[in-house]
Amino acid sequence: MRLGTVLPIAIFAALAVALGVGLTLNPREIPSALIDKPVPEFDLPPVPGKPLGLASRNLKEGEVALVNVFASWCVACREEHPLLMELARTKRVALHGLNYKDAPRDAQRWLAEWGDPFGRTGADRSGRVGIDFGVYGVPETFVVDGQGRIVMKHIGPITPADLETKILPAVAKARAQR
Amino acid sequence: MRRIVRRLWIALALLAAPALALGVDPPLPDSGQEARAIEIHKALRCLVCQNQSIHDSNAGLAVDLRRVVRERIQAGDNDAQVVGYVVARYGDWVLLKPPFNVKTALLWGAPAILILLGIVTVRSFHRRNRALAAATPAPLSTHERQRLERLIGEDAP
Amino acid sequence: MIPELGHYALVLALAVALAQSVIPLIGASRSLPSWVAVAKPAAIAQFGFVAYAFVALMISYIISDFSVINVAENSHTQKPMLYKVTGLWGNHEGSLVLWVLMLAGFGAAVAVFGGNLPPTLRARVLAVQAAIGVGFYLFILLTSNPFARLLPPPLEGRGLNPLLQDPGLAFHPPFLYAGYVGFSMAFSFAIAALIEGRVDPAWARWVRPWTLAAWCALTVGIALGSWWAYYELGWGGWWFWDPVENASFMPWLLGTALLHTAIVVEKRDALKSWTILLALLTFALSLLGTFLVRSGVLTSVHAFATDPERGVFILAFLVLVVGFSLVLYAIRAPSLQAGGLFQPISREGALILNNLLLTTACATVFVGTMYPLFLDAIAETKVSVGAPYFNATFGPLMVPLIAAMAIGPLLPWKRGDLGGALGRLKIVFAVTAAVALTTLYFTWGGPVLAVFGMALAAWLIVGAAVEFAERIRLGRAPLIESWRRALSLPRATWGMSIAHAGMGLVVMGIVATSAWEQERLLIMKPGDRTTIAGYDVTFLGTETIRGPNYMAERGRYEVSRGGAFIARMEPEQRSYPTPPMQTSEAAIRPRPDADIYIAIGEPAESGGWATRLYHKPLVHWIWFGSFVMVAGGLISLTDRRHRVGAPARQRVRAPAPSVQAAE
Repeated sequence: MRLGTVLPIAIFAALAVALGVGLTLNPREIPSALIDKPVPEFDLPPVPGKPLGLASRNLKEGEVALVNVFASWCVACREEHPLLMELARTKRVALHGLNYKDAPRDAQRWLAEWGDPFGRTGADRSGRVGIDFGVYGVPETFVVDGQGRIVMKHIGPITPADLETKILPAVAKARAQR
Repeated sequence: MRRIVRRLWIALALLAAPALALGVDPPLPDSGQEARAIEIHKALRCLVCQNQSIHDSNAGLAVDLRRVVRERIQAGDNDAQVVGYVVARYGDWVLLKPPFNVKTALLWGAPAILILLGIVTVRSFHRRNRALAAATPAPLSTHERQRLERLIGEDAP
Repeated sequence: MIPELGHYALVLALAVALAQSVIPLIGASRSLPSWVAVAKPAAIAQFGFVAYAFVALMISYIISDFSVINVAENSHTQKPMLYKVTGLWGNHEGSLVLWVLMLAGFGAAVAVFGGNLPPTLRARVLAVQAAIGVGFYLFILLTSNPFARLLPPPLEGRGLNPLLQDPGLAFHPPFLYAGYVGFSMAFSFAIAALIEGRVDPAWARWVRPWTLAAWCALTVGIALGSWWAYYELGWGGWWFWDPVENASFMPWLLGTALLHTAIVVEKRDALKSWTILLALLTFALSLLGTFLVRSGVLTSVHAFATDPERGVFILAFLVLVVGFSLVLYAIRAPSLQAGGLFQPISREGALILNNLLLTTACATVFVGTMYPLFLDAIAETKVSVGAPYFNATFGPLMVPLIAAMAIGPLLPWKRGDLGGALGRLKIVFAVTAAVALTTLYFTWGGPVLAVFGMALAAWLIVGAAVEFAERIRLGRAPLIESWRRALSLPRATWGMSIAHAGMGLVVMGIVATSAWEQERLLIMKPGDRTTIAGYDVTFLGTETIRGPNYMAERGRYEVSRGGAFIARMEPEQRSYPTPPMQTSEAAIRPRPDADIYIAIGEPAESGGWATRLYHKPLVHWIWFGSFVMVAGGLISLTDRRHRVGAPARQRVRAPAPSVQAAE
């Protein structure tokens, strides 16, 4: 055997391994560019009928919080909604909602119908705050530490497994670092 | 399994709502600025539609990002600043032309490395060939050659 | 009942393929003629069973049998018959049935028309072909059964993606698959040759027509796909460097290299080991393309709805097939005899340069396509590798290739004279310079690189013409003599000249449309007028029309020039109900010099309609040139040597010892 004839095998083996790993990855999931960066500056009014709006300063008050990007037109949001309700009931972590590109009345009706798990809500009608957060698909969920730093982003509906193995550990870690 | 996959697929399809409508936005009043905006649109990848620039997509986010680009240009940003604004929010992934850095060095270096490897291989092949030729005692006899040409093909020059 | 029989036929095809992949191999190695003889009837029977399954699925589509899940998910009663039929391969499961039909079809063709092959070689080729078939039958039966039932059946199907309801795309997959599958023949011949431990000119002569046929089909497939993207997607692009496009382009590049290097094996008995490797890799890339499209590891606009389970299966199959063939290659290739000797400057040398550049270009496309995946797997970093990367890296590799394409055919075998060859290209230099100056004059102030590109394409086209003229001694002998010479030239020579000229046309189309395209994006209200490239375009208004299975807003535009009416153009914005989707049907006025292209979008909030106007110089030359290339390939395919069949191996093998002794 000569080097020239064995080389293709080596290259192909490396390729096969990469393809195998590739099967376990999700190419549609784009990691956030904002990890370990402060949340963008914003100040949004609440969804109608809710008392508290959402602004960047609310995320710097020392408490680790989740910011969930949702919309009434988003089908997948309904999938994760029971989990958010459960989270609000057990009060394991503060939960705020960023209502992305939604008609105020639709958002209000949606929360009335499916339940309102959020402490604060921000109505981002134009979607500009969403862009500042690097939102590209709804739902998305950000973990923000008490100083207003984004420590983690979850893309897509949250499953119970995501919550236990990814999100809550990130929350615990952020709390511990304080 | 099948059902889960289908559901996942539907969810994704909804995230990336059909994006084939044609996007035409109100242009910037300054045609030079508008031309810059379009060039930047063509360089930025649409996040929800895969392998299209935001210029070629009318997904909601693409429309919003086109607007952002126009706003930044009107605010006086240069091209690099506009692109930087979007990259700061969405990462290098939005650049259809990947930036040159440690992680993409192999990508950008690949053509040069590959062609050099090829040239080295071809050269060593020719060298071996020459060594073989030097060791060759005698050319074919006329008889052998005629026979060979008849057999290999009538159009061999 | 019909679907169950179709399913059963696939199982039978699997059983036959299993037998076909084992018995002839044993027969060939143990010299058991009766075992060897199994290959031919088995290949024919296998094709019969697959054809039955294919027809069964086709019938389910034609009669809209929605109790078959595959039909229910991809068809609809309101769909025109053409798209009911072609809808069969517009989805994952159905397209696989088309794939195995072609695979078995190629096998049956070798069984029937391969009478001139030595029986053991034919048996081994068919056995390898059947082994590939086994993998695909298992894939279909285990993960992608097209005949699965759905009870109770729905009243109506979900419909075919309207973007696929188009003649260009309806026939794109069959050609593409014929190309991919055709390269499996080269693969099977290569494996058979490795098993036999013998590669000689006769082998190359047998394998060339199959490779050439596959190459022609793949070229048609890619050209159709690109043409479809151009008129159907609504923004006038024709090549996006999308992973799925690259997946078909990589086998094309290597297949082109294989086509050329096989000539060296045939004529000079050299480059054997490399040719075998190319044959293996070309098919490996075809399989890789299948994996990329169906596993979901890369994102693409055209990927099938994907399933990780299928990805695992194809990957395992890929590893098995390619891994086995490369190991066999590593063991056997060193024992292949080095062949005829030649100088670096010679026909062989030029073909090596061709291979060097095509292989590098293919590897570059490969790196660009796979890099996001590699980086994600290794460094958890996501990057995009889009058209700008490929344009920047692929283009420069094509420049020396095209430059050499005009020179190579002028060099004699074994030892050439570069100065002499260039001297014979004097006229070509002159014409090229004239083209460059003319282009520069007409496009003054435009991109200079494009002028260079046009000159390069002219160099290739005129070079091909001059080389042909020299062969028939045009202008040096009486015309009648030249005519006689032209007629008696081998078809393969005709084919080469035509294909090379076709490539030049493609390059001209690509360069011109990339460099001098004009684009207007605007919102037009009825009565509005704009100009593009000297044409006045007036928007007259819209009307709502009803198509067979869609509603459409049709825009009416009038194109004039200097006040003279030129054309009425009517692009449409179509809305399909099943599945709900909007598509843009551009209006195109194709002309040899340039296309005018109008697409209409949705009404704007401020009133008026979104309109995209393009003026695309020479864009149709891309597809015209592609079909000229294919015509060249087909003419070459009719060469007497392929038609009558290669000479029996004994006759060719006889002088081999004396050649080897001479080395």
